[in-house]
Amino acid sequence: MIKVENLTKTFENFTAVNDLSFEVAPGEVLGFLGPNGAGKSTTMKMITGFIEPTAGKVTVCGESVQDYPQAAQSIMGYLPEGAPAYGEMTVANFLSFIADVRGLKGSEKTERIETVVAQVELETVLNKPIETLSKGFARRVGLAQAIMHNPKILILDEPTDGLDPNQKHQVRELIKGLAKDKIVIISTHILEEVSAVCSRALIIRQGQKVLDGKPDELERQSRYHNAICLQLEQDHEDAQSQLESIEQVASVEGLGDRTFMLFPTDGGMWLPEVVRWLDEKAWVVENIHLEKGRLDDVFRQVTADESTQ
Amino acid sequence: MNTQLISIVTKRQLHSYFATPIAYVFILMFLVLAGVFTFYLGHFYERSQADLSAFFNFHPWLYLFFMPAIAMGLWAPERQMGTIELLMTLPIGHVNAVVGKFLAAWLFAGIALLLTFPIWMTVAYLGDPDNGVILAGYIGSWLMAGSFLAIGSCMSVCSKNQIVAFIFTVVVCFVFMVSGVPMVLDAFGWAPQSVIDFVAGLSMLSRFEAIARGVLDIRDVIYFVAMMVFWLYITFIMLKKNQAK
Repeated sequence: MIKVENLTKTFENFTAVNDLSFEVAPGEVLGFLGPNGAGKSTTMKMITGFIEPTAGKVTVCGESVQDYPQAAQSIMGYLPEGAPAYGEMTVANFLSFIADVRGLKGSEKTERIETVVAQVELETVLNKPIETLSKGFARRVGLAQAIMHNPKILILDEPTDGLDPNQKHQVRELIKGLAKDKIVIISTHILEEVSAVCSRALIIRQGQKVLDGKPDELERQSRYHNAICLQLEQDHEDAQSQLESIEQVASVEGLGDRTFMLFPTDGGMWLPEVVRWLDEKAWVVENIHLEKGRLDDVFRQVTADESTQ
Repeated sequence: MNTQLISIVTKRQLHSYFATPIAYVFILMFLVLAGVFTFYLGHFYERSQADLSAFFNFHPWLYLFFMPAIAMGLWAPERQMGTIELLMTLPIGHVNAVVGKFLAAWLFAGIALLLTFPIWMTVAYLGDPDNGVILAGYIGSWLMAGSFLAIGSCMSVCSKNQIVAFIFTVVVCFVFMVSGVPMVLDAFGWAPQSVIDFVAGLSMLSRFEAIARGVLDIRDVIYFVAMMVFWLYITFIMLKKNQAK
């Protein structure tokens, strides 16, 4: 259990995190979202005991991070932003150092290193200095050190940043595999990641919580939720205004290429109605689907500054 | 303090010293310069005395540039590369990290110092030196190296830039070295005698002079140990304050 209470961090001239409170329970994968500079990394640094909060407190599994940082840190695994590691060390030496710090000894140490190396697939680079590795491998080394002691709590700051799509997929699969009975917090500004791995999303803006819920709950807040996207086979005269005349349609947006986005007047099932109407008109539809909602749309709604709106 | 965690940190730091050829080049340069100072500037042969004062007398000046170079890499690169965030979120603790890193630097200096043994072999071959005096000299020299390194550790934690850390360490070490010479004490002519005595008491040069002659006074040992503890404590405070900046 992670408990963040009224966490605040003020730097000389601005407030990075402002009275932030939330709890994360075991088994949850929390996607920590927000635009750049919203305070995601600062919050993670306070959770892991790297920086002291100006006010408020963080408790992990009953240990206060501010009062007993070492006790709290031994429960957590942390991948800082950019996956810093000692470049001159080889992967094997670096992981051995981490295992030592984590108190692993003898056969247990060897076993854990082998497991972790297999989990993130580092076998081929074990004897290479970290500074010579590609970005993808370096990131995986960072992940390996974070999961070395099989921690109950895993804090990952932008774990897939800068990886190619295959590597991203691999890291996400790894996180999903690890997530059982653990607490995982992932910060990201990649929204597809949230739908892919997170069981819950928390959006912050200017250091304050603006939304907190399951990804599909958040999607429902999007104006695209329950909208119908359809593409007609051929042009019809006044297609847009005719579509607007359907009873349940609130508005229609033309997307070009005979494609239209229909927004409903209210929730509820309305796809059959629209299909029946199209049938009556004998309009042939090439493609039609119901939108689930778009996370990026919700994200923009709640995080955009007044100045950029 | 946890000796196990300290030794893990020390081991890693030593590892990174010896990961590149720089450490070997450094030790080689140290040995060559120590030899040059002893045999040419110190007139080791011409003095025809079976002792190593010609060797030890130059140590403060050698250390003035070599110790800051060892210490500058303790913290500045960690902050520069961001690895400090990794190090300080591992369950190590500030005290263990500060002490562990310092010990690595001190051991490195100790290795360099031990490798000067051919000079001792020379004097033992040519004459019949008092080995107790020489041992006292080595211990005193290593303690002084520790004081320089503790100052360097503090300067290194205050800057992200190794070169800046190096320069500040040289300056601070120099101030502590020469605080006993008349030129400096004359500048304090306005101050009461107790202040002048205090400033004179801080001088490493005058303390080391006695050590180089083989007089290892317990007060001098306490002085060097106190210097290390003091500067490491400041390192600890500055680390807590600066680590996230």
